[in-house]
Amino acid sequence: MITDLRPVMVEVAQKEAHSSTFATLFVDFSIDFKPGQFIMVWIPGVDEKPYTISHHSPDRFGITVEAKGIFSKKAVSLNPGDKIGIRGPFGNGFNISTKQKIAVVAGGCGMAPLAPLIEALEAYGNKELLLIHGARSKEFLLYPDRFSTHRKVCTDDGSKGHKGFVTDVLEQEILARQIIAESKENSTPAHLDMVYACGPEIMMAKVFEICETHNIPCQVSLERYMRCGFGVCGACVCDSQVVCKDGPVFSSQSLRSMEDFNTRALLKTGQPVPLEEYASWRCQ
Amino acid sequence: MQTDFLSTSLKTPLVLASGVLGNNKAILERVWENGCGLPTMKSIGPAPREGHKNPTVIDLGEGMINAVGLPTPGYENMEEEWQELASRKFPVNASIYGGSVDEFVRVAEFVCAKGPDFIELNISCPNSEKHGMIFGVNAESSHAVVSAVKKVIDVPLIAKLTPAAPDIGAIAKACEDGGADAICAINTAGPGMVIDIESRMPVLAFKKGGLSGPMIKPIAVRCVYDIYKAVSIPIIGLGGISTGEDAVEIIMAGASLVGIGTAVRYRGITVFNKVNKELETWLADHDTRIDQIRGAAHREEL
Repeated sequence: MITDLRPVMVEVAQKEAHSSTFATLFVDFSIDFKPGQFIMVWIPGVDEKPYTISHHSPDRFGITVEAKGIFSKKAVSLNPGDKIGIRGPFGNGFNISTKQKIAVVAGGCGMAPLAPLIEALEAYGNKELLLIHGARSKEFLLYPDRFSTHRKVCTDDGSKGHKGFVTDVLEQEILARQIIAESKENSTPAHLDMVYACGPEIMMAKVFEICETHNIPCQVSLERYMRCGFGVCGACVCDSQVVCKDGPVFSSQSLRSMEDFNTRALLKTGQPVPLEEYASWRCQ
Repeated sequence: MQTDFLSTSLKTPLVLASGVLGNNKAILERVWENGCGLPTMKSIGPAPREGHKNPTVIDLGEGMINAVGLPTPGYENMEEEWQELASRKFPVNASIYGGSVDEFVRVAEFVCAKGPDFIELNISCPNSEKHGMIFGVNAESSHAVVSAVKKVIDVPLIAKLTPAAPDIGAIAKACEDGGADAICAINTAGPGMVIDIESRMPVLAFKKGGLSGPMIKPIAVRCVYDIYKAVSIPIIGLGGISTGEDAVEIIMAGASLVGIGTAVRYRGITVFNKVNKELETWLADHDTRIDQIRGAAHREEL
Protein backbone atom coordinates (compact mmCIF):
# COMPACT_ATOMS: atom_id res chain seq x y z
CA MET A 1 0.00 0.00 0.00
CA ILE A 2 1.27 3.46 -0.91
CA THR A 3 1.42 5.78 2.10
CA ASP A 4 3.04 9.06 3.06
CA LEU A 5 5.71 7.14 5.01
CA ARG A 6 8.69 5.41 3.39
CA PRO A 7 8.49 4.94 -0.38
CA VAL A 8 6.93 1.78 -1.79
CA MET A 9 8.44 0.30 -4.97
CA VAL A 10 5.80 -0.19 -7.64
CA GLU A 11 5.94 -1.33 -11.24
CA VAL A 12 5.31 1.04 -14.08
CA ALA A 13 2.24 -0.55 -15.71
CA GLN A 14 2.11 1.57 -18.84
CA LYS A 15 3.88 4.47 -20.43
CA GLU A 16 2.07 6.88 -22.70
CA ALA A 17 4.24 9.24 -24.71
CA HIS A 18 2.52 12.55 -25.43
CA SER A 19 5.26 14.15 -27.52
CA SER A 20 9.00 13.98 -27.81
CA THR A 21 9.38 15.41 -24.30
CA PHE A 22 6.24 14.45 -22.35
CA ALA A 23 5.25 11.02 -21.11
CA THR A 24 2.79 9.72 -18.54
CA LEU A 25 3.81 6.80 -16.32
CA PHE A 26 0.91 4.75 -14.96
CA VAL A 27 0.94 2.44 -11.96
CA ASP A 28 -1.85 0.01 -11.08
CA PHE A 29 -2.30 0.97 -7.46
CA SER A 30 -5.01 2.84 -5.65
CA ILE A 31 -4.18 6.05 -3.87
CA ASP A 32 -6.42 8.21 -1.74
CA PHE A 33 -6.24 11.43 -3.65
CA LYS A 34 -7.63 14.92 -4.16
CA PRO A 35 -6.89 16.83 -7.41
CA GLY A 36 -3.85 19.08 -6.96
CA GLN A 37 -2.06 16.80 -4.51
CA PHE A 38 1.35 15.37 -5.34
CA ILE A 39 3.53 12.34 -4.66
CA MET A 40 7.28 11.97 -4.17
CA VAL A 41 8.73 9.78 -6.90
CA TRP A 42 11.98 7.99 -6.18
CA ILE A 43 14.28 6.43 -8.73
CA PRO A 44 16.85 4.61 -6.57
CA GLY A 45 20.35 5.87 -7.21
CA VAL A 46 19.10 8.90 -9.13
CA ASP A 47 16.93 11.25 -7.03
CA GLU A 48 13.46 11.78 -5.63
CA LYS A 49 11.15 14.52 -6.98
CA PRO A 50 7.62 15.74 -6.40
CA TYR A 51 5.08 15.07 -9.17
CA THR A 52 1.45 15.97 -9.24
CA ILE A 53 -0.98 13.15 -9.97
CA SER A 54 -2.22 13.86 -13.48
CA HIS A 55 -4.39 10.79 -13.99
CA HIS A 56 -6.50 9.06 -11.39
CA SER A 57 -8.99 6.22 -11.24
CA PRO A 58 -9.83 3.83 -8.39
CA ASP A 59 -7.17 1.26 -9.30
CA ARG A 60 -4.70 3.25 -11.39
CA PHE A 61 -2.96 6.60 -11.35
CA GLY A 62 -0.35 8.38 -13.38
CA ILE A 63 2.18 11.18 -13.39
CA THR A 64 3.12 13.22 -16.41
CA VAL A 65 6.79 13.98 -16.75
CA GLU A 66 8.50 16.52 -18.98
CA ALA A 67 12.02 15.37 -19.85
CA LYS A 68 14.22 18.26 -18.74
CA GLY A 69 16.84 17.29 -16.16
CA ILE A 70 18.67 14.13 -15.16
CA PHE A 71 15.77 12.77 -13.15
CA SER A 72 12.96 13.51 -15.59
CA LYS A 73 14.94 12.20 -18.57
CA LYS A 74 15.51 8.98 -16.65
CA ALA A 75 11.81 8.87 -15.71
CA VAL A 76 10.55 9.15 -19.30
CA SER A 77 13.02 6.45 -20.37
CA LEU A 78 11.44 3.93 -17.96
CA ASN A 79 9.37 1.12 -19.44
CA PRO A 80 6.53 -1.07 -18.21
CA GLY A 81 7.93 -3.46 -15.62
CA ASP A 82 10.51 -0.98 -14.32
CA LYS A 83 10.03 0.01 -10.70
CA ILE A 84 9.77 3.41 -9.06
CA GLY A 85 9.37 4.33 -5.40
CA ILE A 86 6.32 6.33 -4.41
CA ARG A 87 5.26 8.01 -1.17
CA GLY A 88 2.32 10.30 -0.69
CA PRO A 89 -0.02 11.87 -1.46
CA PHE A 90 1.07 15.20 -0.02
CA GLY A 91 -0.25 18.75 -0.04
CA ASN A 92 -3.71 20.23 0.22
CA GLY A 93 -5.13 19.92 -3.30
CA PHE A 94 -7.71 22.17 -4.92
CA ASN A 95 -10.82 23.18 -3.08
CA ILE A 96 -13.49 21.98 -5.52
CA SER A 97 -16.11 24.63 -6.20
CA THR A 98 -19.74 23.58 -6.46
CA LYS A 99 -20.50 26.70 -8.50
CA GLN A 100 -21.10 26.42 -12.25
CA LYS A 101 -19.24 29.30 -13.84
CA ILE A 102 -15.67 28.18 -13.60
CA ALA A 103 -12.60 28.80 -15.72
CA VAL A 104 -9.52 26.61 -15.62
CA VAL A 105 -6.38 28.26 -16.97
CA ALA A 106 -3.56 25.90 -17.91
CA GLY A 107 -0.11 26.90 -19.14
CA GLY A 108 2.25 24.23 -20.47
CA CYS A 109 2.87 21.39 -18.00
CA GLY A 110 0.66 23.30 -15.55
CA MET A 111 -2.07 21.26 -17.18
CA ALA A 112 -0.98 18.16 -15.22
CA PRO A 113 -2.49 19.04 -11.80
CA LEU A 114 -5.52 20.69 -13.43
CA ALA A 115 -6.52 17.64 -15.50
CA PRO A 116 -7.95 15.57 -12.61
CA LEU A 117 -9.61 18.75 -11.33
CA ILE A 118 -11.37 19.24 -14.66
CA GLU A 119 -12.50 15.60 -14.55
CA ALA A 120 -13.75 16.03 -10.99
CA LEU A 121 -15.68 19.18 -11.94
CA GLU A 122 -17.16 17.35 -14.94
CA ALA A 123 -18.10 14.42 -12.70
CA TYR A 124 -19.85 16.80 -10.32
CA GLY A 125 -22.05 17.83 -13.24
CA ASN A 126 -20.47 21.13 -14.14
CA LYS A 127 -21.78 22.04 -17.59
CA GLU A 128 -20.39 25.56 -17.89
CA LEU A 129 -16.73 24.88 -17.33
CA LEU A 130 -14.35 26.76 -19.58
CA LEU A 131 -10.82 25.52 -20.16
CA ILE A 132 -8.27 28.07 -21.33
CA HIS A 133 -5.43 25.93 -22.54
CA GLY A 134 -2.09 27.41 -23.54
CA ALA A 135 1.45 26.36 -24.29
CA ARG A 136 4.58 27.53 -26.12
CA SER A 137 3.45 25.76 -29.27
CA LYS A 138 1.10 23.03 -30.46
CA GLU A 139 3.24 20.06 -29.41
CA PHE A 140 3.39 21.30 -25.81
CA LEU A 141 -0.41 21.31 -25.38
CA LEU A 142 -0.89 18.43 -22.94
CA TYR A 143 -3.90 16.11 -23.33
CA PRO A 144 -5.47 17.92 -26.32
CA ASP A 145 -8.36 15.43 -26.62
CA ARG A 146 -8.89 14.45 -23.00
CA PHE A 147 -11.85 16.61 -22.00
CA SER A 148 -15.33 17.18 -23.32
CA THR A 149 -15.46 20.61 -21.73
CA HIS A 150 -15.51 23.85 -23.77
CA ARG A 151 -11.90 24.75 -24.57
CA LYS A 152 -10.13 27.86 -25.83
CA VAL A 153 -6.63 27.14 -27.06
CA CYS A 154 -3.75 29.52 -27.41
CA THR A 155 -0.08 29.15 -28.19
CA ASP A 156 2.81 31.60 -27.90
CA ASP A 157 3.76 30.96 -31.54
CA GLY A 158 0.25 30.67 -32.96
CA SER A 159 0.78 27.07 -34.11
CA LYS A 160 -2.65 26.25 -32.69
CA GLY A 161 -5.57 28.41 -31.59
CA HIS A 162 -5.20 32.03 -30.62
CA LYS A 163 -1.65 33.43 -30.87
CA GLY A 164 -0.91 34.89 -27.48
CA PHE A 165 -1.26 34.26 -23.77
CA VAL A 166 -3.90 32.44 -21.73
CA THR A 167 -4.16 35.53 -19.54
CA ASP A 168 -5.31 37.63 -22.50
CA VAL A 169 -8.00 35.06 -23.27
CA LEU A 170 -9.07 35.03 -19.61
CA GLU A 171 -9.38 38.80 -19.51
CA GLN A 172 -11.38 38.89 -22.78
CA GLU A 173 -13.68 36.20 -21.41
CA ILE A 174 -14.31 38.14 -18.19
CA LEU A 175 -15.01 41.34 -20.10
CA ALA A 176 -17.32 39.55 -22.55
CA ARG A 177 -19.30 38.11 -19.63
CA GLN A 178 -19.61 41.58 -18.10
CA ILE A 179 -21.16 42.88 -21.31
CA ILE A 180 -23.62 39.97 -21.33
CA ALA A 181 -24.45 40.54 -17.66
CA GLU A 182 -25.07 44.24 -18.24
CA SER A 183 -27.18 43.67 -21.36
CA LYS A 184 -29.54 41.21 -19.70
CA GLU A 185 -31.71 42.81 -17.08
CA ASN A 186 -32.65 40.64 -14.10
CA SER A 187 -30.93 37.63 -15.55
CA THR A 188 -28.55 35.48 -13.54
CA PRO A 189 -25.08 36.97 -13.44
CA ALA A 190 -22.72 35.64 -16.09
CA HIS A 191 -19.49 36.46 -14.30
CA LEU A 192 -17.06 33.73 -13.26
CA ASP A 193 -17.42 32.21 -9.79
CA MET A 194 -13.94 30.71 -9.63
CA VAL A 195 -10.72 30.56 -11.64
CA TYR A 196 -8.20 27.75 -11.22
CA ALA A 197 -4.73 28.18 -12.69
CA CYS A 198 -1.41 26.39 -13.00
CA GLY A 199 1.53 27.23 -15.20
CA PRO A 200 4.61 29.44 -15.01
CA GLU A 201 4.44 31.56 -11.85
CA ILE A 202 4.38 34.79 -13.84
CA MET A 203 1.27 33.50 -15.63
CA MET A 204 -0.40 32.60 -12.32
CA ALA A 205 0.46 36.01 -10.92
CA LYS A 206 -1.21 37.64 -13.92
CA VAL A 207 -4.28 35.40 -13.49
CA PHE A 208 -4.41 36.42 -9.82
CA GLU A 209 -4.10 40.09 -10.73
CA ILE A 210 -6.91 39.85 -13.29
CA CYS A 211 -9.12 37.99 -10.80
CA GLU A 212 -8.44 40.58 -8.10
CA THR A 213 -9.38 43.40 -10.48
CA HIS A 214 -12.65 41.68 -11.29
CA ASN A 215 -13.34 40.39 -7.81
CA ILE A 216 -13.21 36.71 -8.75
CA PRO A 217 -11.74 34.16 -6.31
CA CYS A 218 -8.92 32.05 -7.71
CA GLN A 219 -6.75 29.11 -6.73
CA VAL A 220 -3.27 28.53 -8.12
CA SER A 221 -0.76 25.70 -7.65
CA LEU A 222 2.80 26.76 -6.81
CA GLU A 223 6.12 25.01 -7.30
CA ARG A 224 9.19 25.23 -5.04
CA TYR A 225 12.21 22.96 -4.48
CA MET A 226 11.07 20.32 -1.98
CA ARG A 227 12.71 17.78 0.28
CA CYS A 228 10.46 16.17 2.91
CA GLY A 229 7.07 16.79 1.27
CA PHE A 230 5.29 17.04 4.61
CA GLY A 231 6.02 20.46 6.04
CA VAL A 232 9.03 19.90 8.29
CA CYS A 233 12.28 20.69 6.49
CA GLY A 234 11.31 24.17 5.28
CA ALA A 235 13.06 23.94 1.89
CA CYS A 236 9.93 25.07 0.02
CA VAL A 237 8.82 28.05 2.13
CA CYS A 238 7.22 30.93 0.25
CA ASP A 239 6.88 33.72 2.80
CA SER A 240 5.28 32.11 5.84
CA GLN A 241 3.65 29.38 3.76
CA VAL A 242 5.09 25.89 3.48
CA VAL A 243 4.32 25.01 -0.14
CA CYS A 244 4.40 21.20 0.30
CA LYS A 245 2.05 21.25 3.28
CA ASP A 246 -0.01 24.47 3.28
CA GLY A 247 -0.08 24.29 -0.53
CA PRO A 248 0.77 23.63 -3.25
CA VAL A 249 -2.66 25.18 -3.94
CA PHE A 250 -3.16 28.69 -2.61
CA SER A 251 -6.33 30.74 -2.76
CA SER A 252 -6.64 34.49 -3.40
CA GLN A 253 -6.77 35.13 0.32
CA SER A 254 -3.35 33.53 0.91
CA LEU A 255 -1.83 35.01 -2.23
CA ARG A 256 -2.69 38.56 -1.12
CA SER A 257 -0.20 38.35 1.74
CA MET A 258 2.48 36.25 0.01
CA GLU A 259 5.14 38.76 -0.97
CA ASP A 260 7.36 35.99 -2.32
CA PHE A 261 4.67 34.94 -4.82
CA ASN A 262 6.09 35.67 -8.28
CA THR A 263 9.11 37.44 -6.78
CA ARG A 264 11.33 35.11 -4.78
CA ALA A 265 12.19 31.47 -4.13
CA LEU A 266 14.87 29.53 -2.28
CA LEU A 267 17.69 27.68 -3.99
CA LYS A 268 18.81 24.28 -2.71
CA THR A 269 21.23 26.06 -0.37
CA GLY A 270 18.31 27.91 1.19
CA GLN A 271 19.37 31.20 -0.35
CA PRO A 272 16.47 33.39 -1.48
CA VAL A 273 16.83 34.59 -5.08
CA PRO A 274 14.64 36.45 -7.57
CA LEU A 275 12.14 34.11 -9.18
CA GLU A 276 13.78 34.37 -12.63
CA GLU A 277 17.06 33.10 -11.18
CA TYR A 278 15.22 30.26 -9.41
CA ALA A 279 13.33 29.40 -12.60
CA SER A 280 16.47 29.24 -14.70
CA TRP A 281 18.01 26.84 -12.16
CA ARG A 282 14.87 24.68 -12.15
CA CYS A 283 14.78 24.55 -15.96
CA GLN A 284 18.35 23.25 -16.23
CA MET B 1 3.72 30.91 29.96
CA GLN B 2 6.38 33.60 30.08
CA THR B 3 9.85 32.22 30.79
CA ASP B 4 13.17 33.95 31.48
CA PHE B 5 16.12 32.35 29.77
CA LEU B 6 19.65 33.79 30.10
CA SER B 7 18.25 37.29 30.73
CA THR B 8 15.88 37.18 27.76
CA SER B 9 12.17 37.01 28.33
CA LEU B 10 10.55 34.32 26.16
CA LYS B 11 6.78 34.17 25.80
CA THR B 12 6.77 30.39 26.20
CA PRO B 13 9.36 27.76 27.23
CA LEU B 14 9.22 26.15 23.77
CA VAL B 15 12.05 26.28 21.23
CA LEU B 16 11.94 25.43 17.52
CA ALA B 17 14.64 22.84 16.82
CA SER B 18 17.29 23.81 14.32
CA GLY B 19 16.86 22.39 10.84
CA VAL B 20 13.08 22.44 11.04
CA LEU B 21 11.27 25.07 8.96
CA GLY B 22 13.55 28.02 9.97
CA ASN B 23 14.43 29.00 6.39
CA ASN B 24 13.23 32.60 6.35
CA LYS B 25 11.98 35.37 8.63
CA ALA B 26 8.32 34.87 7.72
CA ILE B 27 8.24 31.23 8.76
CA LEU B 28 10.24 31.90 11.96
CA GLU B 29 7.67 34.56 12.81
CA ARG B 30 4.77 32.22 12.06
CA VAL B 31 6.26 29.60 14.38
CA TRP B 32 6.64 32.27 17.07
CA GLU B 33 3.06 33.45 16.55
CA ASN B 34 1.97 29.86 17.05
CA GLY B 35 3.42 29.61 20.52
CA CYS B 36 7.15 29.03 20.09
CA GLY B 37 9.14 31.16 22.56
CA LEU B 38 12.43 30.84 20.71
CA PRO B 39 12.62 30.00 16.99
CA THR B 40 15.97 28.66 15.76
CA MET B 41 17.30 29.43 12.30
CA LYS B 42 18.58 26.74 9.95
CA SER B 43 22.21 26.03 10.73
CA ILE B 44 24.53 28.56 9.08
CA GLY B 45 27.78 27.20 7.69
CA PRO B 46 31.09 28.56 6.45
CA ALA B 47 30.43 28.20 2.71
CA PRO B 48 27.48 27.69 0.33
CA ARG B 49 26.29 24.10 0.52
CA GLU B 50 23.40 22.46 -1.29
CA GLY B 51 22.96 19.49 1.00
CA HIS B 52 22.35 15.96 -0.17
CA LYS B 53 20.23 14.68 -3.03
CA ASN B 54 16.75 13.42 -2.22
CA PRO B 55 15.43 11.32 -0.56
CA THR B 56 16.67 13.35 2.40
CA VAL B 57 13.80 13.14 4.87
CA ILE B 58 11.52 10.14 5.41
CA ASP B 59 8.74 9.74 7.94
CA LEU B 60 8.93 6.31 9.52
CA GLY B 61 5.73 6.77 11.49
CA GLU B 62 7.31 6.67 14.91
CA GLY B 63 9.74 9.41 13.94
CA MET B 64 11.85 10.50 10.99
CA ILE B 65 15.20 9.66 9.48
CA ASN B 66 16.99 12.48 7.68
CA ALA B 67 20.20 13.32 5.93
CA VAL B 68 19.48 16.76 4.54
CA GLY B 69 23.20 17.53 4.64
CA LEU B 70 23.29 20.97 6.28
CA PRO B 71 22.34 23.12 3.28
CA THR B 72 23.34 26.74 3.79
CA PRO B 73 23.77 29.83 1.65
CA GLY B 74 27.02 30.35 3.60
CA TYR B 75 27.34 32.95 6.36
CA GLU B 76 28.46 35.71 4.00
CA ASN B 77 25.45 35.33 1.70
CA MET B 78 22.59 36.03 4.06
CA GLU B 79 22.40 39.80 4.06
CA GLU B 80 18.81 39.82 2.78
CA GLU B 81 17.63 37.59 5.61
CA TRP B 82 19.50 39.54 8.29
CA GLN B 83 18.07 42.80 7.00
CA GLU B 84 14.57 41.37 7.26
CA LEU B 85 15.29 39.93 10.69
CA ALA B 86 16.53 43.31 11.93
CA SER B 87 12.93 44.50 12.26
CA ARG B 88 11.71 41.33 14.00
CA LYS B 89 9.56 41.42 17.09
CA PHE B 90 10.62 37.95 18.30
CA PRO B 91 13.87 36.48 19.67
CA VAL B 92 15.96 34.35 17.36
CA ASN B 93 18.51 31.63 17.97
CA ALA B 94 21.16 31.42 15.23
CA SER B 95 22.49 27.90 14.79
CA ILE B 96 25.95 27.73 13.25
CA TYR B 97 28.42 25.04 12.23
CA GLY B 98 31.94 24.70 10.92
CA GLY B 99 34.42 22.06 9.88
CA SER B 100 37.17 23.37 12.17
CA VAL B 101 37.54 25.60 15.21
CA ASP B 102 38.64 28.44 12.93
CA GLU B 103 35.56 28.08 10.76
CA PHE B 104 33.29 28.09 13.81
CA VAL B 105 35.00 31.26 15.04
CA ARG B 106 34.74 33.00 11.68
CA VAL B 107 31.05 32.16 11.25
CA ALA B 108 30.21 32.98 14.88
CA GLU B 109 31.92 36.38 14.84
CA PHE B 110 30.21 37.37 11.60
CA VAL B 111 26.78 36.08 12.64
CA CYS B 112 27.01 37.71 16.08
CA ALA B 113 27.39 41.13 14.44
CA LYS B 114 24.02 40.56 12.73
CA GLY B 115 22.24 40.65 16.07
CA PRO B 116 20.74 37.24 16.88
CA ASP B 117 19.62 36.83 20.51
CA PHE B 118 21.53 33.58 20.93
CA ILE B 119 24.12 31.60 19.02
CA GLU B 120 23.83 27.84 19.06
CA LEU B 121 26.89 25.80 18.11
CA ASN B 122 25.99 22.66 16.22
CA ILE B 123 28.94 20.60 17.41
CA SER B 124 27.45 17.41 15.99
CA CYS B 125 29.25 17.98 12.70
CA PRO B 126 32.57 16.40 11.66
CA ASN B 127 35.88 18.10 12.46
CA SER B 128 38.00 18.05 9.31
CA GLU B 129 41.15 18.64 11.37
CA LYS B 130 40.53 15.49 13.38
CA HIS B 131 39.86 13.13 10.49
CA GLY B 132 36.17 13.94 10.46
CA MET B 133 35.59 12.98 14.08
CA ILE B 134 32.44 14.61 15.42
CA PHE B 135 33.39 17.61 17.63
CA GLY B 136 30.71 16.71 20.12
CA VAL B 137 31.83 13.16 20.91
CA ASN B 138 35.09 14.38 22.41
CA ALA B 139 35.32 16.61 25.49
CA GLU B 140 38.58 18.21 24.40
CA SER B 141 37.38 19.31 20.96
CA SER B 142 34.02 20.42 22.39
CA HIS B 143 35.85 22.60 24.92
CA ALA B 144 38.15 23.94 22.20
CA VAL B 145 35.35 25.05 19.89
CA VAL B 146 33.17 26.50 22.66
CA SER B 147 35.96 28.45 24.33
CA ALA B 148 37.24 29.81 21.01
CA VAL B 149 33.77 30.98 19.93
CA LYS B 150 32.99 32.40 23.37
CA LYS B 151 35.87 34.86 22.97
CA VAL B 152 34.43 36.42 19.81
CA ILE B 153 30.72 36.71 20.56
CA ASP B 154 28.75 38.87 22.97
CA VAL B 155 25.44 37.00 22.93
CA PRO B 156 24.71 33.89 25.01
CA LEU B 157 26.29 30.72 23.62
CA ILE B 158 24.30 27.49 23.47
CA ALA B 159 26.12 24.23 22.75
CA LYS B 160 24.00 21.70 20.88
CA LEU B 161 25.09 18.19 21.73
CA THR B 162 24.90 14.86 19.97
CA PRO B 163 23.65 11.73 21.75
CA ALA B 164 26.45 9.86 19.96
CA ALA B 165 28.81 10.93 22.75
CA PRO B 166 29.61 7.99 25.03
CA ASP B 167 29.49 10.29 28.09
CA ILE B 168 27.31 13.25 27.22
CA GLY B 169 27.58 14.63 30.77
CA ALA B 170 31.33 15.01 30.32
CA ILE B 171 30.83 16.80 27.01
CA ALA B 172 28.31 19.17 28.60
CA LYS B 173 30.75 19.85 31.45
CA ALA B 174 33.53 20.58 28.94
CA CYS B 175 31.23 23.04 27.17
CA GLU B 176 30.29 24.70 30.45
CA ASP B 177 33.97 25.01 31.37
CA GLY B 178 34.61 26.48 27.91
CA GLY B 179 32.09 29.23 28.59
CA ALA B 180 28.81 27.87 27.22
CA ASP B 181 25.80 29.65 28.70
CA ALA B 182 23.41 26.78 28.01
CA ILE B 183 23.27 23.27 26.61
CA CYS B 184 20.82 22.10 23.96
CA ALA B 185 20.32 18.35 23.74
CA ILE B 186 19.84 16.28 21.79
CA ASN B 187 20.63 16.44 18.11
CA THR B 188 19.37 13.51 16.02
CA ALA B 189 20.28 10.02 17.21
CA GLY B 190 22.09 7.35 15.28
CA PRO B 191 22.93 7.58 12.48
CA GLY B 192 20.53 4.94 11.32
CA MET B 193 19.72 3.36 8.00
CA VAL B 194 16.54 2.24 6.27
CA ILE B 195 16.87 -0.17 3.36
CA ASP B 196 14.20 -0.66 0.74
CA ILE B 197 14.17 -4.42 0.30
CA GLU B 198 12.61 -4.35 -3.18
CA SER B 199 15.26 -2.12 -4.74
CA ARG B 200 17.87 -3.40 -2.26
CA MET B 201 19.00 0.18 -1.67
CA PRO B 202 19.18 2.44 1.36
CA VAL B 203 16.23 4.82 1.06
CA LEU B 204 18.20 7.97 1.88
CA ALA B 205 20.45 9.14 -0.94
CA PHE B 206 23.16 9.72 1.70
CA LYS B 207 22.38 6.18 2.93
CA LYS B 208 22.68 7.03 6.65
CA GLY B 209 20.67 9.61 8.53
CA GLY B 210 19.80 10.98 11.93
CA LEU B 211 16.76 9.72 13.80
CA SER B 212 14.29 12.06 15.42
CA GLY B 213 10.79 12.06 16.83
CA PRO B 214 8.99 9.87 19.37
CA MET B 215 11.29 6.88 18.84
CA ILE B 216 14.28 8.76 20.29
CA LYS B 217 12.54 10.39 23.26
CA PRO B 218 13.92 7.94 25.86
CA ILE B 219 17.46 8.70 24.62
CA ALA B 220 16.78 12.44 24.87
CA VAL B 221 15.38 12.13 28.39
CA ARG B 222 18.40 10.09 29.49
CA CYS B 223 20.83 12.57 27.94
CA VAL B 224 19.17 15.58 29.60
CA TYR B 225 19.20 13.64 32.87
CA ASP B 226 22.95 12.99 32.58
CA ILE B 227 23.67 16.60 31.55
CA TYR B 228 21.64 18.01 34.45
CA LYS B 229 23.77 16.02 36.84
CA ALA B 230 26.98 17.31 35.24
CA VAL B 231 26.38 21.05 34.80
CA SER B 232 24.70 24.03 36.44
CA ILE B 233 23.88 25.99 33.26
CA PRO B 234 20.34 25.69 31.85
CA ILE B 235 19.39 22.97 29.37
CA ILE B 236 17.14 23.10 26.32
CA GLY B 237 15.76 19.57 26.22
CA LEU B 238 14.55 18.13 22.94
CA GLY B 239 14.26 14.87 21.06
CA GLY B 240 10.84 13.40 20.38
CA ILE B 241 8.84 15.91 22.40
CA SER B 242 5.31 15.96 20.97
CA THR B 243 2.94 16.58 23.87
CA GLY B 244 2.69 18.53 27.11
CA GLU B 245 3.35 15.36 29.05
CA ASP B 246 6.51 14.74 27.02
CA ALA B 247 7.57 18.28 27.96
CA VAL B 248 6.91 17.57 31.64
CA GLU B 249 9.03 14.42 31.36
CA ILE B 250 12.08 16.15 29.90
CA ILE B 251 11.71 19.06 32.37
CA MET B 252 11.76 16.50 35.19
CA ALA B 253 15.00 15.18 33.67
CA GLY B 254 16.40 18.70 34.02
CA ALA B 255 15.38 20.85 31.04
CA SER B 256 14.61 24.57 31.46
CA LEU B 257 13.27 24.98 27.93
CA VAL B 258 11.79 22.36 25.64
CA GLY B 259 12.54 22.02 21.94
CA ILE B 260 10.16 20.77 19.28
CA GLY B 261 11.03 19.67 15.76
CA THR B 262 9.67 16.45 14.28
CA ALA B 263 6.34 16.91 16.08
CA VAL B 264 5.59 19.62 13.50
CA ARG B 265 5.07 16.67 11.16
CA TYR B 266 2.57 14.99 13.44
CA ARG B 267 0.69 17.95 14.92
CA GLY B 268 1.33 20.84 12.48
CA ILE B 269 2.87 24.24 13.12
CA THR B 270 0.29 24.83 15.85
CA VAL B 271 2.00 22.06 17.87
CA PHE B 272 3.64 24.79 19.96
CA ASN B 273 0.32 26.21 21.16
CA LYS B 274 -0.97 22.70 21.75
CA VAL B 275 2.03 21.64 23.84
CA ASN B 276 1.95 24.91 25.82
CA LYS B 277 -1.68 24.38 26.64
CA GLU B 278 -1.17 20.75 27.61
CA LEU B 279 1.83 21.69 29.74
CA GLU B 280 -0.15 24.46 31.49
CA THR B 281 -3.04 22.09 32.11
CA TRP B 282 -0.75 19.44 33.57
CA LEU B 283 0.95 21.96 35.83
CA ALA B 284 -2.40 23.37 36.98
CA ASP B 285 -3.82 19.91 37.60
CA HIS B 286 -0.79 19.10 39.74
CA ASP B 287 -0.77 22.50 41.39
CA THR B 288 2.86 23.09 40.49
CA ARG B 289 5.17 25.19 38.29
CA ILE B 290 8.01 24.43 35.87
CA ASP B 291 10.70 25.52 38.34
CA GLN B 292 9.25 23.17 40.93
CA ILE B 293 9.43 20.12 38.68
CA ARG B 294 12.71 20.88 36.90
CA GLY B 295 15.09 18.02 37.65
CA ALA B 296 12.47 16.41 39.88
CA ALA B 297 13.41 12.96 38.61
CA HIS B 298 16.83 13.28 40.23
CA ARG B 299 15.63 12.63 43.75
CA GLU B 300 16.39 9.15 45.01
CA GLU B 301 13.16 8.50 46.93
CA LEU B 302 9.58 9.76 46.93
